[in-house]
Amino acid sequence: MSGQKPRTLFDKIWDAHVVETLPDGTALLYIDLHLTHEVTTPQAFDGLRQAGRKVRRPEATLAVIDHNIATDASRYTGIEDPESRVQVETLERNVQEFGVPFIPLLDQRQGIVHVIGPELGRSLPGMTIVCGDSHTSTHGAMGALAFGIGTSEVEHVLATQTLLQKPARNMQVLVEGNLALGCTAKDIVLAIIGKIGTAGGTGHVIEFAGDAIRALDMAGRMTVCNMSIEGGARAGMVAPDQTTYDYVRTRPMAPKGEALERAIEYWKTLPTDAGAHFDKVVKLAAHEIAPQVTWGTSPEDVLPITGIVPNPEEAADEARREQMRRKMQYMGLQPGQRLQDLKVDVVFVGSCTNSRIEDIRAAAAVARGRKVAEGVRAMVVPGSGLVKAQAEEEGLDRILQEAGFEWREAGCSMCLGMNPDKLTPGQRCASTSNRNFEGRQGPGGRTHLLSPAMAAAAAIAGHLADVRDFQPQQAQ
Amino acid sequence: MQAFTKLTGIAAPLPKANVDTDQIIPARFLKSISRTGFGKNLFANFRYREDGSENPDFVLNQEPYRKAEILIAFENFGCGSSREHAPWALLDFGIRCVIAPDFADIFHNNSFKNGVLPVRLPREVCEQLMEDARMGGNARLTVDLEREVVVRPNGEEIPFKIDPLRRHLLLNGLDDIGQTLQHASAIDAYEAKRKASQPWLAGG
Repeated sequence: MSGQKPRTLFDKIWDAHVVETLPDGTALLYIDLHLTHEVTTPQAFDGLRQAGRKVRRPEATLAVIDHNIATDASRYTGIEDPESRVQVETLERNVQEFGVPFIPLLDQRQGIVHVIGPELGRSLPGMTIVCGDSHTSTHGAMGALAFGIGTSEVEHVLATQTLLQKPARNMQVLVEGNLALGCTAKDIVLAIIGKIGTAGGTGHVIEFAGDAIRALDMAGRMTVCNMSIEGGARAGMVAPDQTTYDYVRTRPMAPKGEALERAIEYWKTLPTDAGAHFDKVVKLAAHEIAPQVTWGTSPEDVLPITGIVPNPEEAADEARREQMRRKMQYMGLQPGQRLQDLKVDVVFVGSCTNSRIEDIRAAAAVARGRKVAEGVRAMVVPGSGLVKAQAEEEGLDRILQEAGFEWREAGCSMCLGMNPDKLTPGQRCASTSNRNFEGRQGPGGRTHLLSPAMAAAAAIAGHLADVRDFQPQQAQ
Repeated sequence: MQAFTKLTGIAAPLPKANVDTDQIIPARFLKSISRTGFGKNLFANFRYREDGSENPDFVLNQEPYRKAEILIAFENFGCGSSREHAPWALLDFGIRCVIAPDFADIFHNNSFKNGVLPVRLPREVCEQLMEDARMGGNARLTVDLEREVVVRPNGEEIPFKIDPLRRHLLLNGLDDIGQTLQHASAIDAYEAKRKASQPWLAGG
C-alpha cells in the first residue's frame, strides 16, 4: 500500500463523494441515487416550484408509491381515502412536471421503495443513496452508504444532488460463528439492538461484519441493515463481496457486460482495510442467538422466545420502573408471563424489513401443511409486484392460502398504520416489521417484532411460539 | 425559514426517554401535502382519547402548557422515522425549542431546517429544567442562541453548544439550498470527474 492510513468501508465511500469541505468540517456530499415516495416529497417539490428550481439530475432519482395504498383488490379501483388519494396524485403530477422516472402503482415493478431499489439494480455498491425515509439504511446491504433524510433535505438533493453532512463515527458490529437452526438475520439484528439499545448507534455508521454476516444472503443483509436505524445509527452497511456481485448480475437495471466488470473491479477496493480504526466495536456470538421477539414498545425491549415478561420492579431506578410499567400497561402484560403464552390476534409478514422472496419462503415453509389458528388474522404482503410474481411461480401463494393466510398486493401495509391495513385498539400482532412503538400499527395496537418463520409459527399456534418446535411438514 | 435568536416562554415537562416520531405525529396524520396544520395532531395518541375528546392528563392539555414554546424531555428524543412532519407539528403547535440529553440524528437535522432549536444538555440539567417547567406559568425559561445559554427562572445561566454553521443558518433564518448552489461549479466538476472514473453511474 502507498502508506495511506487504513480506511473503513464507510470512510472510502465518504471520501469518494466529498465535493468540497467547508471551513467548519461540514462536507458537501454528492448523492448518487435519490429514491422518493409519496409521503415525504410533496412539500419538497413545492419548495422547488416556489423557488423556480429544477431537479438537477432526474435520471439519478426514482419515484414509487408505497406507504398510502391498499394491499387488496381495491387498489385497482382507485384510492378510497381522499387525503391518501391527493398525496398519491400529487406525486404523479410532480414526477411528470419535473421529469423524474416513476414506477406507477399498477406496474409490476411497483413495491416498497427499499425492496425495489436493490431488486431492480438501481442500488449499487459504493453509492451514496438517500430517501426521505429512515429505513433507507436497508440499501447499505449492497455495500453502499445509504441513509434517511427529512423533506428539507429531499428538496436539497433534488435541487443540488448533494447534502451538507458532518462525517459520522465508525462502529463495527462483529457477528462471528454459525447461527443455530431456526435463527435468521432478523434474530441477529434484534439481538444487536437488544445489546446496544435504541440509541447505541447514534452519530455512527455501523459496519456489520463477521462470518455470520458474510454467510447471509442479500435479503438477510438487507434485513440487518434495515434495522440499523432502530439502533439509532445513521446508516448500516455490509462490505460488498461475491454474494453482492452475483446478486447485482441478475438485476435488470444494473450495469451489464464490460461496464459491470469495471464496476466490480472498483467495488473490490471498498472493503475496510486491515487495521482501520473503529470508534466503537460490539461483538456477538451467532450460536448464542435464539429466536428473538420483542415484548415492549421499543425495539430494544427484546428477549429470546423462551423468555418471560420482565418485572418493572427490578429495573435500576424509578424513572425506568415507571417507563416499564407504562410499557406493560400498553402491551397488556404481566411480569413473569411466558412470552410463548401470549395469544395473537393478527400476524403480519411484510414491510421493508421482511417482505422479500426469501422471507416469504421462510413463512411458507412453516405454514406448509398446517392451518392458521382459529380467530387469528394472518396476512402476507410481498414487498413488490416482482416478489409476488416469483412467489406465485413457486406456488408459495397456494401453500400460504391453503393454510389460511391472506395473500396480498405489494406495499408498506400494516407496518405503519397510514393505509387501510391497521390494528384496532388492543389487538396483539406478531409482526415482521421494524417498529413496535405505541400506535405504530394503528392506535392502541400491540406489536411483537419477530422473524417471518416465527410469525408463521405464531399464526399456526395462535400465540407467540418457538419456531424450533415446528418441523417442516409435507403438504396434505 | 423563521430565524431563531432568543426565546422566552413557557416550558412543558415531558419526562420521557425515547419519545419517537410516531408519538410526536402518528403516521395516519402524514397525508397532508402542506407543511402546516400538523399542530392539532401533535402527540395525538396522548392528547386525545379514543372518542376524540381531550385527555386532561396530558401536559399539553393543561394550563399554561397549551401555550408552551419549549419542551423538556429525556434521552433519545425524536427516534424512529425520518418524517419532517415531527418538527413541523412541534412548530405548528408553537414549540420552537426542545431540550433533552440527546436527540436521534435525523430529527436533530430536521429541526434545524425548520427553525426548531434542539438543545443538548446533561441529564441532571434536564432534570432541573424539568422541575422548573413543572412550576408552570411562573417559571419562564429563556433560550438565547446568540449567547448559547439557557436562563433558568432563578437567573442561573446554563451554557450549551450548537454547531457553528447550523447556528449561523438558524440565527439568520437562511435556506441552505441557496448556500449550496454557490458551489455549483464544484458540483459540475465533481460530476465530470465521476463520469470518467465511474462510467456505469453516468446514466442514472
